[in-house]
Amino acid sequence: MPGIPQEGCSQDLSPSFPACQCLIGRLNLTAFLTWPGKVFILPFDYGRVFYEVRLNRRCRSTGEGLMKKEPLFWVTVSCGLLILAFILLPLVEMVTAPSAAILKETIQDKEVLHSIWLSLYTAGAAALISVLVGTPFAYLLARAEFPGKNLVEAVIDIPIIIPHPVVGIALLSIAGRHYWLGRVFNALGIRIMGSVTGIIMVLTFVGLPFYLNAAREGFAAVSPRLEAVSRSLGASPGRTFFHVTLPLAWRSILIGIVMCSARAISEFGAVVIIAYHPMIAPVLIYERFESMGLKYSQPVAVWLICLCLVLFLLLRVLTLHRKRSV
Amino acid sequence: MISIRKLAVRLGQFRLTDISLEIRENEFFVLMGPTGAGKSVLLEALAGLVPTASGSIRLDEREISGLPPEKRGVSIVYQDYALFPHLSVSQNIRYGLRFQRPARGDAAVRIRGLVDVLALGSLLERFPGTLSGGEQQRVALARALAVDPAVLLLDEPLAALDPRFREDLRQHLKTLHRTTRTTFFMVTHDFAEAIALADRAAVMNHGSLEQVGSIKEIFQQPASPFVADFVGMKNLYAARFSGTAAIIDNLSLELGHPSSSPEGYVAIRPEDIVLSREPLASSIRNSLKGTVKAVRPLGFHYEIEILVKQVPFKALITKQALFDLQLHEGSETIVSFKATAVHQLPGVPANIPVGR
Repeated sequence: MPGIPQEGCSQDLSPSFPACQCLIGRLNLTAFLTWPGKVFILPFDYGRVFYEVRLNRRCRSTGEGLMKKEPLFWVTVSCGLLILAFILLPLVEMVTAPSAAILKETIQDKEVLHSIWLSLYTAGAAALISVLVGTPFAYLLARAEFPGKNLVEAVIDIPIIIPHPVVGIALLSIAGRHYWLGRVFNALGIRIMGSVTGIIMVLTFVGLPFYLNAAREGFAAVSPRLEAVSRSLGASPGRTFFHVTLPLAWRSILIGIVMCSARAISEFGAVVIIAYHPMIAPVLIYERFESMGLKYSQPVAVWLICLCLVLFLLLRVLTLHRKRSV
Repeated sequence: MISIRKLAVRLGQFRLTDISLEIRENEFFVLMGPTGAGKSVLLEALAGLVPTASGSIRLDEREISGLPPEKRGVSIVYQDYALFPHLSVSQNIRYGLRFQRPARGDAAVRIRGLVDVLALGSLLERFPGTLSGGEQQRVALARALAVDPAVLLLDEPLAALDPRFREDLRQHLKTLHRTTRTTFFMVTHDFAEAIALADRAAVMNHGSLEQVGSIKEIFQQPASPFVADFVGMKNLYAARFSGTAAIIDNLSLELGHPSSSPEGYVAIRPEDIVLSREPLASSIRNSLKGTVKAVRPLGFHYEIEILVKQVPFKALITKQALFDLQLHEGSETIVSFKATAVHQLPGVPANIPVGR
């Protein structure tokens, strides 16, 4: 119980100590966010709170050996706080800057609604394609060993490291009139440049590695013995996949879908090359920023980040569940 | 019923060479051997989970070595139970039924029987994660037998259980074998298990079979030094044979019959050795004077190591006998054993150090 001196503790901690310190810590944090001038004082206050609260928990085990007031401790805590501030400060400011009225007005703007819907729709389509075509491939990667497997796994990670506009240029290279595939598309009446099809193609390209890696990990985590038993009981490999492997890997597949979607929704550089119009949300934000400035692009950004946060929360819930069930 | 002829398997660094084995219908057959001998590889080859390099496996005259696992009619139970964690106990047991073609009408009766014999009635709606090791193994057995397979393969099924549950499950295996018409093929490294359960058995080492026969044969007449050691014949010596005697270093033992080869091994079970203070007036042909080197407690028995002219003998006696004879390190005793207790084994003595 926090505050009660435990065996091995050299400090006598009163029960109210941590609560007070936590409160002070929270006040400091709020000040930190609203009055940037105080930024140089507060990490140390918060660090002290962190230390006291943690010390209570640590004392339950073998004493405070870990968490003494050593230079390394202060360096690690300060770096951590700096990073958290770096991430949170811009986002919190951006979210709190526009007034509620402007936010309401923005979400009712038809252009904004259309672009957010397009973002969702194209990312969803990209995720669906990744699932349909990627799942069998991920299963193969999880189970089979073959010469050149390392190379194949490296190849599926390539889309992650290619600069985004380069992705757009590369896909255009096969979609145009000068390439056989482009001519096939043309003949079939499929338009890539400046169309939703092109956007979906790009988003699938950048989202696939995320789905493939997650699904592969999920399948690899299913013991091959379970599949062996299933086969001995009369199930073909296909039926084993549906009755045993897939039900046990569904959480990883869902994580893969969420990561693929998140990546797809945030894509900008590749999409502007292939299709500036119709405008997905990131492109709309860019255009509004260029033509009307920060004030008019911020509200759209806020709505987009809310959407992304929903996906992010879903991901966290799923990953925590997976960690617990493993 | 199962006929394995010249089977060879290559799996990573495991090699099975020239395995030939006949297993009779409804038999409880046990394959024994040390870890790494290749027993599990043979088991998985029978199940179809591991490809074979050459040779044939016939089940009831039907060649199955080319068939995938789902078409063989062979169930397998693993050491780690391998229950489907996302299905309840009842769903686990019924898992194989939906793949049976044609659908068998007697399945419900059979499953009810299995659930009764294995005392699973109260566990049917539970999930594998909430069960103990023994309970999980019983569910695994029920699941494997629910599809009424021709053969049930068991890969060290008792090894992962607490010792107090092993006896329990051993009884269940015995009952199941009696009440179903399935042939049981079990792999184990524990000889005591084999003695308790097997009709016939085989001993495997380094990927090949050392001996095949009834449990009694293997136990009492091991065919090689390795098998002798495996079944607990602790007194194993390289020897030269001359007339009806076996000569170990400068010690001569009476075999009772002339030997067919000039050299080989002899082995004597520790239980066959009788210790006394005076030489016994009896039909015993071998009576040697020695000095006690060590006394080791082994649960209810004591293992006494005696040196007879520098040749070590290990004898097994009860606690009471130890007190009666007042044996301790350094005391003199007479080591006696019948000529028929000296087992002769073939082999080339250069390979094995003298005295064990």
